[in-house]
Amino acid sequence: MSERAPLLKSQRSLDHELVNQGHMACPGCGAVLAMRYVLNVLGPKTIVVLPACCWSVISGRHPASALNVPLFHTAFETAAAVATGVRGALDARGDSETHVLAWAGDGGTFDIGLQALSGAAERNEDIIYVCYDNEAYMNTGVQRSSSTPPGAWTTTTPAAQPEDRDKKDIMGIMAAHRIPYAATAAIAYPDDLMAKVKKARDTRGMRFLHIFCPCPTGWRTPPDMTVELARAAVQARVFPLYEVENGETWSLTLEPEGRPIADYIRAQGRFAHVDDQTIAQYQSATDRRWDQLMKRMAQGC
Amino acid sequence: MKQLLMGDHAVSRAVGLARVDFIAAYPITPQTLIVEELSEMAARGDIHTRFVKVESEHTALAACMGASMTGVRTFTATASQGLLLMHEILHWAAGARTPIVMVNVNRAIAPPWNLWSEQTDSLAQRDTGWLQFYCENNQDVLDTTLQAFKIAERTLVPAMLVLDAFILSHTTEPVDVPEQAEADAFLPPYSPRHILDTDAPRAFGSITGADDYFELKRLRHESMRDVLAIAAEVDADFETRFGRGHGLIKPYRCEDAELVIVTSGTTSSTARAAVDALRDQGRAVGMINVRLFRPFPGELLARAIGSAPKVAVIDRNLCVGLGGIFAQELRADLYGRDVRPEVFGFVTGLGGGDITPASVSAMAGHALANTPPADNAPIWWK
Ligand SMILES: Cc1ncc(C[n+]2csc(CCOP(=O)(O)OP(=O)(O)O)c2C)c(N)n1
Ligand SMILES: [Mg+2]
Repeated sequence: MSERAPLLKSQRSLDHELVNQGHMACPGCGAVLAMRYVLNVLGPKTIVVLPACCWSVISGRHPASALNVPLFHTAFETAAAVATGVRGALDARGDSETHVLAWAGDGGTFDIGLQALSGAAERNEDIIYVCYDNEAYMNTGVQRSSSTPPGAWTTTTPAAQPEDRDKKDIMGIMAAHRIPYAATAAIAYPDDLMAKVKKARDTRGMRFLHIFCPCPTGWRTPPDMTVELARAAVQARVFPLYEVENGETWSLTLEPEGRPIADYIRAQGRFAHVDDQTIAQYQSATDRRWDQLMKRMAQGC
Repeated sequence: MKQLLMGDHAVSRAVGLARVDFIAAYPITPQTLIVEELSEMAARGDIHTRFVKVESEHTALAACMGASMTGVRTFTATASQGLLLMHEILHWAAGARTPIVMVNVNRAIAPPWNLWSEQTDSLAQRDTGWLQFYCENNQDVLDTTLQAFKIAERTLVPAMLVLDAFILSHTTEPVDVPEQAEADAFLPPYSPRHILDTDAPRAFGSITGADDYFELKRLRHESMRDVLAIAAEVDADFETRFGRGHGLIKPYRCEDAELVIVTSGTTSSTARAAVDALRDQGRAVGMINVRLFRPFPGELLARAIGSAPKVAVIDRNLCVGLGGIFAQELRADLYGRDVRPEVFGFVTGLGGGDITPASVSAMAGHALANTPPADNAPIWWK
């Protein structure tokens, strides 16, 4: 293996890290932690395909790069499509060792990139697709996506008319494709997250990871609350941690305490306009979704 | 060896001869025969290609871009609505300098639905940074496909070649198919320069300021202009090896012409027959087949037009509100030159209407007898 060209001076002090210091994320960005944990497991033999999202900025300005792995910036809706091509070329060259990591936001996954993602999943492309979910289009200044939760303020769902639709069930959609491995993870639980990346790494075919990444800028929260908020979402059963194998075997990887959702909601500026009565409605919606998930776990589909 | 091949199958055969590593494509009439034949060839084991049957043209091109960035030879084919769906990625693939080769079977754009020949689909992509060839017959199709890989890989400009719906795609003609060894000698394996490589990690396409952005764009322009010389060189090499070249443009009987007809694609064969008939009647008419459209071969055209006082451009395409696109490009190019003939812009054959030797002769007669409309308006010829 030839020597890798250092892309940033800081690389020397962070030899073991694949995410460099000096990236361009906002303070307290959850998406940076997610990338760091994922690459730590996948290692340097990974090619990253990156559609338009916050990470297109975070990764740095030419000629610097925040990643010590090859990175291809691509169009918003093409993460799974380009990853298909990268994998195809590696296969053609007899390289089955290198991982192909498609790394997209919730907008690039739930919305504009869903068709390409569904195609890749249906074909069972041998790629790892990570959706880092910050629940809005953050790159463009906090507009709603189909991952934005009910009640949330965004610049296109103002407080006077906040988001009123439930989050799209992306895991249900991916499970319906019967891909070998799909899992949720959150940056507050790195061990759980990295165990899932390991499992994904050691599985072949389409692998999908849905990683919950709070965004202080878009959620109107202090930067030092990011990890705590991710923990709160998991513990309040807003974002349960589980895996789905072959679309059939659903299993919880962490038993949440079932904390009241009000604490999670009240901690965030984006929900400042939401009253107690509405929070009670969200609580029952969350309970319903949890019951449905438990049924899936029990039935196995 | 001479074989009877439809245009679409001439493409598939050339793709096989080019030993393409990666294909991603989505079916659309009249391109379907290309992908069907390639699927058969792959299933029989005649070609060793990873062929991904994707869920859209948009993904087809994006996947080819990913594969090309990872260092292998790639191909896709489409037509009309499929090409339009690719638009954003056409720009991206060209900007990423991925030497993808694509065939577009020229087909009219809806609405209303119309599956027949028209060039507006590919001409509408003229600013996306792809070089464009317009093929005249099935031999041209096969040869240009092989040449396109070589030109694209040398210049890192992706190549689109274009054949007329049905008139070529589904029409059988004798085609001289090279032996694999001859094709290999002409087109060696692709040796990429900058790829996604974990041993030399680089970021491609990161944010830049205006300075770097400007320079990258300028360099793309230079590379596109380089295509003129390199395509000529590749065609000359091809001619030495296979005994036939196609030229970037192909002038015919332009000497002392009072009128030069400018055409592309299959219309050129029709126009050649019309020119012979007109010359037999003693009328000094010549014609030029424009094979390479991007980069625009303005210098070559100006030289071939020479001192002819009139030019009639026959466009089977339309830029709504402006007129025929070949006419528009030619006028713009001639403006700064010494050669300043009157240019007649005929728009004809839209949606697959027939263009015949008789209609070409009639257009020529009109041009010889008249002056062009003062405002460069198109002359509609049904
Ligand atoms: C075709 C297209 N439409 C719109 C945009 C503008 N755009 C860039 S990033 C983005 C939002 C990305 O949202 P998400 O995928 O959730 O990632 P995040 O920015 O939140 O990290 C949008 C709308 C674009 N680049 N391309
Ligand atoms: Mg987002």
